[in-house]
Amino acid sequence: MLTQAMFRIWRGDPAGGGFQDYVTPVEEGMVVLDAVHRIQAQQAPDLALRWNCKAGKCGSCSAEINGMPKLMCMTRLSNLNLEMPVILEPMHTFPVIRDLVTDVSWNFRAKKTIKEFKPRSPDLPDGTWRMQQADVERVQEFRKCIECFLCQDVCHVLREHHKEDEFIGPRLLVYAAALEMHPLDNEDRVSDLRKKHNIGYCNITTCCRQVCPESITITENAIIPLKERVVDRFFDPLKQLFHIL
Amino acid sequence: MPEFQRFSYDVLVIGAGGAGLRAAIEAGACGAKVGVVCKSLLGKAHTVMAEGGIAAALANVDDRDNWRVHFADTMRGGQYLNNWRMAELHAKEAPECVRELEAWGALFDRTKDGRILQRNFGGHKYPRLAHVGDRTGLEMIRTLQDHGIYTGMEVHMECTVLSLLLDSGRVVGACGYDREKGLFQLWQAKAVVLATGGIGRAYKITSNSWEYTGDGLALAYNAGAELQEMEFVQFHPTGMVWPISVRGILVTEGVRGEGGVLRNSEGRRFMFDEIPDLYKDSTADNEEEGWRYTQGDRNARRPPELLTRDHVARCINREVKAGRGTPHGGVFLDIAWIKQHLPKAEERIKRKLPSMYHQFKQLADLDITKEPMEVGPTTHYMMGGIRVHGDSQMSSVPGLFAAGEAAAGLHGANRLGGNSLSDLVVFGRRAGRFAAEFAKKNEANGAATKVDEEQLQATAKAALRPFDNGASGENPYQIQYDLQEAMQDLVGIVRTESEMQQALEKIAQLQARADRVGITGHRQYNNGWHTAIDLASLLVVSEAITRAALLRKESRGAQFREDFPNKDTEWGKQNIVVKRGADGEMLVEKRAIPPMPEELKAVIDEMK
Ligand SMILES: Cc1cc2nc3c(=O)[nH]c(=O)nc-3n(C[C@H](O)[C@H](O)[C@H](O)COP(=O)(O)OP(=O)(O)OC[C@H]3O[C@@H](n4cnc5c(N)ncnc54)[C@H](O)[C@@H]3O)c2cc1C
Ligand code: SF4
Ligand code: SF4
Ligand code: FES
Repeated sequence: MLTQAMFRIWRGDPAGGGFQDYVTPVEEGMVVLDAVHRIQAQQAPDLALRWNCKAGKCGSCSAEINGMPKLMCMTRLSNLNLEMPVILEPMHTFPVIRDLVTDVSWNFRAKKTIKEFKPRSPDLPDGTWRMQQADVERVQEFRKCIECFLCQDVCHVLREHHKEDEFIGPRLLVYAAALEMHPLDNEDRVSDLRKKHNIGYCNITTCCRQVCPESITITENAIIPLKERVVDRFFDPLKQLFHIL
Repeated sequence: MPEFQRFSYDVLVIGAGGAGLRAAIEAGACGAKVGVVCKSLLGKAHTVMAEGGIAAALANVDDRDNWRVHFADTMRGGQYLNNWRMAELHAKEAPECVRELEAWGALFDRTKDGRILQRNFGGHKYPRLAHVGDRTGLEMIRTLQDHGIYTGMEVHMECTVLSLLLDSGRVVGACGYDREKGLFQLWQAKAVVLATGGIGRAYKITSNSWEYTGDGLALAYNAGAELQEMEFVQFHPTGMVWPISVRGILVTEGVRGEGGVLRNSEGRRFMFDEIPDLYKDSTADNEEEGWRYTQGDRNARRPPELLTRDHVARCINREVKAGRGTPHGGVFLDIAWIKQHLPKAEERIKRKLPSMYHQFKQLADLDITKEPMEVGPTTHYMMGGIRVHGDSQMSSVPGLFAAGEAAAGLHGANRLGGNSLSDLVVFGRRAGRFAAEFAKKNEANGAATKVDEEQLQATAKAALRPFDNGASGENPYQIQYDLQEAMQDLVGIVRTESEMQQALEKIAQLQARADRVGITGHRQYNNGWHTAIDLASLLVVSEAITRAALLRKESRGAQFREDFPNKDTEWGKQNIVVKRGADGEMLVEKRAIPPMPEELKAVIDEMK
């Protein structure tokens, strides 16, 4: 491994910006976030970035590394070609605040438009429920989500077409799926998914699934089953009749 | 003159981890208008990182469990310095608070008959930790967040509180700035809950994030509140030691709960070498019995790997110092070995410890289902914090409440694993309820909530000073680093009078350097500025830890003094309280622990 490497970091704010190069010493075992921290401590104290856990658990340090949406804390330098500058940019889909920090607040607002969890009444008089591990596991997969928003970052509906007002994006479809498939939930979000959240905009490109650092099978396990529910409800003539009745 | 953007609430909650969110939900449910302020984005607070589980005597796995056993375990773990009232309430209310999480959508792992599954953890007599694999904290914070956002609370993300505002001795709000734009904010409130978490950033090797600079403790201290148990910093025995850049990142105790064992470089299970008297009867004396315990044998005693954290950390330290450590200065933690006993061991490890598997695979190129991990102690948790009333969580300043890691009392000299997440919900809920009540009462009697404009301006001016010093000032990152190094070396796992005196001198020098700290750039999202500002809290907290540790001339729980290696009965009756003197000097004093009621004493005797 090389003893130093160059990082080409986008620096700027909503008014504009550009790349700046920083050369910093690197050692075995380092991740991108370590290198950025070192640059910050020694060369660019006002460099803006987010991080918390340094272990892929909080979803704060999302960025685009050599064009790939990734967590900086889980990207090892040994997996990058250090002969070339490592290019670091903020996520493109969200408005930039400064340097590597973007305004992701839309995700928090959009979440509130999804109907909240509504459990069935308890199974037992002591107020508890019984659930089988197998039923729980299906939803646990979705609840692994660390809200890094990397999937939102790559989804073309948001990245290119900026349909933020109409479409909730893969992260929030995962959220909706977790609620819809929750063994205790009684709420009905199917109509909203079609009309308000426009699940139909998703054309299953699977880009979101490919970048998910938690390896959530976003498309196959969350979005497609939700789409099926929508189809069943709205496009199956028999079921439609049933629903009207 | 800097402008302040102004907001007004009944209850202001500072911190959006488990404790803050639970408090905010409860205050809202009591009819209060609630504001929440946090330094990071919502859902990113430390709680998200908790792994192993949440302790509650649900008795789903072992029906011998109940609140009395949990109470006795907590007191024994805390070496009887705990606020016994808090330990009692905690043990009694934790099960209900866990069920509440389930009612809000949390999906814990299940028993065969469909109830919440519980796992073994150090110091807990029975399997007691409700969990979701090894990402319990994520489940908890997301549950609270996703419930809370629909309750009408207003969340101010990425804002740092700089100071609490007082009016005739009562707290009337807080002021600070938003990190994004660097603008000043004022949050007026009739009651304030501090749920700001811990202090791990005072040390070099830590499992804690940048947020953990002890702000809440410093805010309370500066407002005149008392701190307590500051000498008790928990060093978790198992942090990663390699690669260097991830040194300190936590390896959950769940690994040992699932059967993982500790070995030195000679392959010896050194934890069998020294078992403290307090735990002799309840600890296995051979490997076979220990294994049976981790597999749910109700008649087996726990393996010594599951002794309390302070003890395990010191044993690891001893092995490394004696030259029996691993290549990178730790010891081996082996979970892969369980394949000798279990057919589908690999699958089981991945299912029970998915994020550990992931963490080692990605960060250290190591497959924990095949090879042992290298681990060593890491600064993990602050037992000490703001001294509060056991029932209401109110501090010595009227209207100022505290909950979660920022509050002291429940854990005494040492916290048991899993007792923090339960602490957050039990006392977050109480703090929220009593804060809402306090706000209501003060509304009724028309008490004034005047904001001291001069204090506001002084706070803003102090916050902006690093800009005046500019590039010629001291580098904030360097000061933080030097402080971490001093605390790690001089006030760490093993302490002595002379080293701690040195630490005090260093802290004074660092304080002087911090006064000259300088930064460049502008106020928008300037991490250098943020780091400069957080130094003030770190210094207060470091001094408090050191002074309290100096005063306690004994070894107990997390505090080990080489010059006073034994426990002292007299010290066992005292808490240490830290507060600000009239001239701004730090006062450290003994405070006798109130006598325990007979019925609680009886519980402890019965469980001995
Ligand atoms: C890696 C790891 C694993 C753990 N595993 C377990 C476990 O398995 N079981 C267990 O019981 N415990 C565990 N713990 C301990 C437990 O997670 C923490 O003690 C607990 O989450 C603290 O919660 P809290 O609500 O008190 O604070 P936090 O969750 O840390 O929240 C603090 C909040 O305060 C805010 N804040 C701080 N300062 C300011 C300021 N100046 N202005 C505004 N906001 C501020 C922060 O932004 C944050 O929102 C673990 C800890 C770590 C680090
Ligand atoms: S699969 Fe759907 S949601 Fe995912 S990136 Fe493609 S269009 Fe977006
Ligand atoms: S689904 Fe995956 S990629 Fe999307 S926010 Fe969650 S963890 Fe990140
Ligand atoms: S810092 Fe938490 S995911 Fe990277």
